[in-house]
This record gives sequence, C-alpha cells and structure tokens, in this order.
Amino acid sequence: MPKLKINDTEIEVAQGTSILQAAEMLGYEIPRFCYHDKLSVPANCRMCLVEVKGAPKPVASCAMAAGENMEVFTGTEMVHKARKGVMEFLLINHPLDCPICDQGGECDLQDQAVGYGYDRSRYYESKRAVKDKELGPLVKTVMTRCIQCTRCVRFADEIAGTPDLGLLNRGEDAEIGTLVEKMIGSELSGNLVDVCPVGALTNKPYAFKARSWELRKTETIDVHDAVGSNIRVDARGGEVMRVLPRLHEEINEEWTNDRSRYAIDGLKKGRLDTPYVRNAKTGKLEKASWEKALETIAVKIAQTDKNKIAALAGDLCDVESVVALKDILDNLGTPHRDCRIDGAHFDASTRSGYIFNTGIANIEQADCILLVGTNPRVEATLVNARIRKTWLEKRLPVGLIGEPADLTYKHTYIGVGPDSLQALASGQHSFAEKIKNAKNPVMIVGMGVFQRADGLALHAQLHDFAEKMGFVKDGWNGFNILHTEAGRVGALDVGFTPATNGMDFAHIVEGTENGKVDVLFLLNADFARALGDNAFVIYQGHHGDSSAAHADVILPGAAYTEKEATYVNMEGRAQIAKRAVYAPGEAREDWKILRALSTALGKPLPYDDLGTLRQRIAKEFPHIASPDVRVVAPWKQFGQAGAVKMEPFHNAVRNFYKTNVITKASAVMTACVEKFLSKNDERKAA
Amino acid sequence: MLDDKDRIFTNIYGQEPWSLEYARKRGDWNNTKDIIAKGRDWVIEEMKKSGLRGRGGAGFPTGMKWSFMPKQSDKPCYLVINADESEPGTCKDRDILRNEPHKLLEGALIAGFAIGANRCYIYIRGEFCNEGSTVVKAIEEAYANGLLGKNAAGSGWDYDVVLHRGGGAYICGEETALIESIEGKKGQPRNKPPFPAAAGLYSCPTTINNVETISCAPAIMRRGGEWFSKIGPNEKNTGTKLFCISGHVNQPCNVEEAMGIPLKELIEKHAGGVRGGWDNVLAIIPGGSSTPLLPKEICDTVTMDFDSLRAVQSGLGTAGVIVMDKSTDIVYAIARLSYFYMHESCGQCTPCREGTGWMWRTMQRLVKGHAELEEIDMLLEVSKQIEGHTICAHGDASAWPIQGLMRHFRPEVERRILEYRKMAA
Repeated sequence: MPKLKINDTEIEVAQGTSILQAAEMLGYEIPRFCYHDKLSVPANCRMCLVEVKGAPKPVASCAMAAGENMEVFTGTEMVHKARKGVMEFLLINHPLDCPICDQGGECDLQDQAVGYGYDRSRYYESKRAVKDKELGPLVKTVMTRCIQCTRCVRFADEIAGTPDLGLLNRGEDAEIGTLVEKMIGSELSGNLVDVCPVGALTNKPYAFKARSWELRKTETIDVHDAVGSNIRVDARGGEVMRVLPRLHEEINEEWTNDRSRYAIDGLKKGRLDTPYVRNAKTGKLEKASWEKALETIAVKIAQTDKNKIAALAGDLCDVESVVALKDILDNLGTPHRDCRIDGAHFDASTRSGYIFNTGIANIEQADCILLVGTNPRVEATLVNARIRKTWLEKRLPVGLIGEPADLTYKHTYIGVGPDSLQALASGQHSFAEKIKNAKNPVMIVGMGVFQRADGLALHAQLHDFAEKMGFVKDGWNGFNILHTEAGRVGALDVGFTPATNGMDFAHIVEGTENGKVDVLFLLNADFARALGDNAFVIYQGHHGDSSAAHADVILPGAAYTEKEATYVNMEGRAQIAKRAVYAPGEAREDWKILRALSTALGKPLPYDDLGTLRQRIAKEFPHIASPDVRVVAPWKQFGQAGAVKMEPFHNAVRNFYKTNVITKASAVMTACVEKFLSKNDERKAA
Repeated sequence: MLDDKDRIFTNIYGQEPWSLEYARKRGDWNNTKDIIAKGRDWVIEEMKKSGLRGRGGAGFPTGMKWSFMPKQSDKPCYLVINADESEPGTCKDRDILRNEPHKLLEGALIAGFAIGANRCYIYIRGEFCNEGSTVVKAIEEAYANGLLGKNAAGSGWDYDVVLHRGGGAYICGEETALIESIEGKKGQPRNKPPFPAAAGLYSCPTTINNVETISCAPAIMRRGGEWFSKIGPNEKNTGTKLFCISGHVNQPCNVEEAMGIPLKELIEKHAGGVRGGWDNVLAIIPGGSSTPLLPKEICDTVTMDFDSLRAVQSGLGTAGVIVMDKSTDIVYAIARLSYFYMHESCGQCTPCREGTGWMWRTMQRLVKGHAELEEIDMLLEVSKQIEGHTICAHGDASAWPIQGLMRHFRPEVERRILEYRKMAA
C-alpha cells in the first residue's frame, strides 16, 4: 500500500493504482483523452502529464503507478505548460467544425481545450484531412476530427473481441481504420461512439438530429434483452432521440448493445395510437373510442364460459400490467394463462430453476464456464462481454454445447445436443475434468434448450447434471438460465403461468382452433403461430405486429420509454423504468388500461394509482418491491423426469437485430440485417 | 591516437573474409569457454570495470544494464541485439555485421550468459539485406562448429541466436518498439516503466544492446576491463569507439579511435581533412543526425566523448560525424532532418505526431525566409513542447537539430527572413 503525496495531500492507495486514479480520489482533475477506466493504458495522448518530484521530465500519470513517498504536483507551471503544449498539438490538425459536429456540447476536446489550452492558434500551415471510413449503418465517421487516442481500437480489441480496427500508417499519416475496408462486425459497435472523445465516431442514425443541450435525459432500463442494461433515454419533445448506456458495474458496466441503442426508431413506426374494434359486418378493424372498445370486450366476456377465457403475456410486459391482468383473470376465475410465448417448457415453480443464479457480475469469479444451447453473443451481448472480460483476465476454459458460434473468445466445442451433456456427466469428454477441478464453475443454459417438447425432462436432467458436476455447491450456485426477453422473469416471478388445470401456451393456441378457447387476451404478446378464427382475440400492445392483425379488439399500450414500470432481469433483479416521453395518441400505460377494463367487467381492481398497485405487488412478491437488488433463490428440485430426445439444441435468438416488435419496426435494424448478415445467412431468415 | 594493438575491430574494412576460419585467426572464439567458466558475476564485474557505455546513442553503462537482469527468474530471459542502425550519418554497425559477424556472435554468447539468457534475437534493419545474409551464414557456421546451440563453444551454456529482419522503420531502433516489432506488432515504443529488464520481449526479462556494444564484449573479457578503461580521457568515457565520418570530407570513413580524440584530429587524420581545408568548416553534427550541430569555433577544440560533447550542448550519440562545409545551406540541411523525423515518427503520441510535421513545415518556410521573425521563437517553443513530453526519445531527437541550428545560426535564419521581406516588398 504505497503512500504518496499529491499536491501536498497525503494519500494511501492500493498497489498498482495509477497516479491519475490516486489524484482523482483526492478530487484533483487530470485531463485525459486516451485513458479510459475500462480499457488498457497506452499513455499516448500525453494530456495527463504531471510533475513528479525527482523526475526530470513530466510523467504520464495514467500509466505511472503510484509509488512509496512519491511527491506529485498537478498544478505547477511545468504541468500547465505541458498540457497547453499537448492541447495545441491536438488542435492544430483538428477541424474547426464544432458548429456542425454532433459531438459539440459533449466533446472532451472542446471542454479540455477551454480548460487547459491556449486561447488562440499559432498554426499557419494547412490542416490535415483524413478520408472517412465506412463502418456500417450505426457508426458515422468524420476521420479528420480523429485525435488518434486509439480508444476505439482498444475497445474493439478488448471489450468487443472483434479486432477489426487499428492505427494504420505512422506519424502524421496515422489514422484509425480497418486494413481491408470492412464494417465493424460487433454487437457492441455503438459503444465506439461513446468511447470516442471527439466527433470522429458519432451515432449515424442520430446525425444532425439534435444538440445535446436540447435533450431531456431520463435514466431508465433497457428491454431489448433480459440483461436489464441501465440506459439513459434522451428525448426532445415527444420524440426519443437517442439511447446511451449508463454505468451499472453489476450489469452492463458502461456498455450497451446495438439493439438497445439503435432500435429506437422502431418506437415511431407502426404504433397503435387508438383503440380498434373489428366490425362484425365488414370484418375490418375500425377505429373506436376507449369506451366502445372496453364495452365490446365486457359484452363478449359476459357471454363466454369463464373456462374458455385465456390470456398470454408477452416478452415486453412489465410486472405491473402482468399482475393487473392476473388479478382480472383470478376475478374471472380462469386458470388459463402463460407468459412463455416462445413455447418453452420448463418448470416455473422453482425460482432457482429459471433465473441467472450466479449473477452477471459474479461471472468474473468463475474459473470454468459451460454454455448449453446458447450463443450469449446475440442472446445477451453484455453477458458475453463479461465472459470475455473474465477470459481475457484468466484464460479460463469455456465449453460450448449446441450450435457452433464465434463467441469472441476461445472455447472448447463439446457437441450439439443432450448426448454431450451425458458425455460430460459420465466423464467421457475431457472437458468434464475441467469442470470438476474448477472451484467456481458456471453453466449457462439458453432458452433454446427448452423450446422443444422434452423441455421439462431436460430441465430435470440439467438440475441433476448441475449437482453432479459441482456447479451447485455450498456457497456457490453456478446454474444459470439465460433469458432473452425482458418481461419473462418478472412474469414468472408473479406466477403468470398456468394455474391448476390451466392450459399452457401451446394448448391455448390450439384451443383457439379446437374451440377450447373462446376469448384470448394478448398482453404485448406477439408470436408467429397462427390463431384460430373462431376465438375472440383482444390485443393490448404498442405495435401493430402479427398478433394485432388477428385481434378483434385492439387496446393501444405504451412502450418501455413511455411508462413507469418494473422489469425483472435474468438475474432476478427488479429495476424501474422511467417515462421519457408520453405514449402517442390515445395509447395509455398498460396497467391503467387493465384497471379500466376491470371496471368495464364489473369488478374494479383495488388500486387506483401506481403506488397502490406496487404496494399490492410488494405484499405478495416482496422481492420485486426492492429495486436494483439481486434477490437470490434457494436451490431446490425442479423439472420433471421423462425421456429426452437426442436432438441437437437450437439457439433461441438467431437474428440479433430482429427480436421483438420494436426491432421489427426499426428501419435501422433492417439496414443492419442487410449490411451485417450475409445474404445466405440463415440468421437472416429467423 | 589509438595504438594498433588496442584495436578491437581489426577487420572493420573487410580486408580479410568474415568467415569463421579467418575470424579465428583474428582471435575471435578463442577459448570463449574459459571466459564463461569464470562465471556470471565475473563477466558483469569485468564489464562494469571497463566502463563501457552503450554504443547505440544513449550511453548507458553496459555493466550496470546487465546487472539489472534478475539473478533468478521463472520466465526465460532474452538478449536482444539492436542492429536496426538507421540514424542518418551512422554506419558502424553495418560494417561490423558484414565484416566482423563472429565478433558479434561471440559477444552475444558472453552477454547472454552474463544476463542468464539462453536465446538471443538479432533485430536487423530491413534494408541491410546482404548484411543480414552474412549474419545468417555466420550463425550457421557457428552452429556447425558447436559455437552456438547446445553447450555453446563447450561452455556448458545452451545458446540460440535468431536473426530477425525488420521492416525498415527508424523507430524500431528504439528498444521497446523493437521488442514490439519482434513480437509481430506494429513498431511503437512502450511506456516505461516497466523497463525491459523487468518485462521486455514477451513480457520476459530482456536486455537490449547495440551491435557495437556487444561486439566489444569479447575483447574486454580477454584483455580485462582495466585495459579498456585505460583508453579514453577519464573513467566515465572509456575505450575505443567506431566513428563514422561523412559529409564534406575528402575520405569519408569508419574508423576505430580512442574515446576523447579531438574532433579536428579525428577528421584530419582519418578522413583526409575537410574539403577545402579545416577553415572551410561551417558546422559539424558530432553524433548522428539527432545531436545538435556544432559551429566551427566549438569544433576547433572539442573532444569526442560523451561528457565533453554534452558540455557543449550536443552529444556523442552514435558518433556519426557529419561534416558540413561552407557550401552547405545549413537551414535546408536541418529542414531535411526535420522531414526525416516527421516521416519516421510512429504517430502514437500527440506531441511527436503533430509537432514534427509542424516543425518541418515551419522549417521549410525558414529555408526561403518566408516567415516572421517571431516564428523562430515559436518554433523553438514548439520544439520544447515536444521535447520530454513523449513516450520515447524520438520527440527529443526531432527537436534537438532545430534547437542546435537556432543556438548557433540564428543570425543566418533571421537574415533570410529580412531578405525575403525586402524581396517581396
């Protein structure tokens, strides 16, 4: 623990802390460009120079470890001169296009030039121009603005694991680029925009749309996968302009994936902004008032046998609306409900059987990882980034069962299906040894494993496998289910699964054909399976997607940026999303619609505001009441014994860019599919 | 003047073949195992006694450098020989490589043993195509005769030497950039600390020495450190040194001389004097292009060693003496060097990447005088903003020639500006 003095203030820091970090702890600001908390330290921008007593030259504080009895000065004449010099050098070849630069107003170079630079230029020569690079539909480049800090190169190499970028050429001609012109094939490419301290890499869809100071910033939660990334939604007027990640060390660190950042144009397209009711005579959906829509539903339900009413909750549902819907169903007395609208079969009665027990951050403690039927790179990019981070640090063994994939780190491919699990369990495969020798082994099971008829049996088999192989032991639970949908764990937690004698998803859909279901309520539930013509379908959601087309009544709901709502991520961590903008037209927050429906049905739900609803939820499901706490679940038996077919596992997500109704409506995501997925790519079809 | 008996590089002009047969006649590989038998500490001690300072330009005491290597290490240790000689005005290593390769290989074995390395990489400049081939052949000869490989030269020490050809970048002569280049990466200097002795090639303890430094080692070991330390003016500047004399002299040459020889004597005696006589000297760059030039008044009396050249605000560097007579356009000459340093900057740190180009452009205008008088001070300030603010010494090297020019030839630069102004008016 070296003790050093910075500007005559003494501080003791951990071994290996840099001078810059130590100075920051004391509140001394040290300007920097190339240094980034999460990336390696090249010390090439030379902005962070400080004076160290005894050193003949100024020292790069980001790269120099604090040493015993060091005396550091961050505000001396020498330091000021060094900073001014570096700042001047950075600016001589930087264009004066701040007024038309999207980084303007939130630019490190701008800010630091004001803080540390000269107030005029002495450079009379021509400025350098650099050719722009084509990095695809997400990242716009203006390479003349680049200051060669190489943050983007290091991000692509280290975090994303797609080493496509590099510093080409040398000296003045040094520029960031790809050796052979290519686009950045990473699901994390949007973060390049964030790490870039200047306007060289900017958000392409957002180009020239707004200035940072015009935006209203709302800190909320992402719903494009089950990770629950913390994001900031920047809006102007009623329009979401962009999404930025926000720091949460235990979930997304400071990254977010391209889907959550760039799919937001889908929030403006194909929206349901008014209720619709199907005209019985013409068979066409017609605009209607809320009263008419709710009245139509009430009349239909009054005429229907309560045992023939069913409901499905979809992938983007928030906890509040699911609970409200469940309360309505309970009042009606129907047991038919399900939230697993991808047709997954697993035992939802034991919480430790369906959540990510280890926790995302605790992946870093793992010393062996087994992936079963999943490609985390597309299913949960930030979980994959966390695995990569761990792998970079310890080169731990990673095994993969299922579809072969490029995971961005080295792994052992074990096999395609359940037989590989048996090979591991019996010790036939050499990877079994690595699992058994590991102190903290982790297994991550994809949703694809359960999307088959023998899912329940597999669930039971995985339980026994986890115990036998030592994934679960005293003080360590390495059994994890990797969910792909933001609403799923919340809906499972509040028990939106078939009650006693209730039908599950497959039976409900069949029921619409064979007459067992007469009224079907779809809450944000969009799926490709066709519904029978005879059933009366109510669709509540925000996009006019495939399921809405089947509907007899459409109730327009709010998207995740438009409501105050709770989401539970795959770890079982409840987080609260905030409203950034209002829902369009007549659309309303989902729980309010259901509350109004309950009145129309004659049995009003006992809550009139969000607070009371949350109290009701907290009473029955206390773990959801405390936001941002990862509530662990006790390890218990789950699954159901049965025969398992030796068929290969298939991944739950094939096309990263098209997963839910918002991404489906997004033109930017469509462009990504065109650019990033090759023509014959089977991922494209899904 | 150096006695012939004290010469280390007896075949520097290549009068005799470089091959092992002839090298042995000249005394190379003579009982190398006896030297090694005296032990690691003895070798390092002898090297320290000799006072040999690194011949690559920085002049760091070699014995001390060797002693920084860990005595015990879990990781392998490496010796890397820097044969990326690219400093303008310097061509000494080239002659060693083509005429005395066995001296280098024997030195490599001794040095490798002293630092506990079993493997040595010779990083040779890409343009040294034939020299590289010579060294490869010499390595093969040495292996065939049991001088390298398992139990090298019967010493009991296993030793492998690998030649690595560079791509021709000046910056790869910087020791950490050289390491990066061997590792297969782009040649960019690393931050120090950690120093190579702690984490160098493949993050293992590494010593990097210049070709000439390593080639001196066998003679020092045979004749004793004391012999070497007695040559030269004082205990801090000892031994013999290869000087490369080029430019406006009658007979440009490489010559081995005693450290501390007067510059004038060096040129008159070995290079046939300056073109048009000593009085025709305008300026001399004493130690390769990066050292500041010296005007005639200083050249008259200065002696060629590390400390006396430093005292006149220049340096011995690689001892590449560039002589410029009065026909030289001195401003253009320095502008040309500025171009070189701009072209060879690796581009990773800001001051060097941006500053070298700025300096070259300003220098270009100063050649014609198309500038303001204030720009001279501005240029000096820019050079100070680069110097000492970069990861490696390339920034310093690019600043020094300009600082030297302004120190001694400022009136000439000012004259051009005023003249240009008059002409333009």
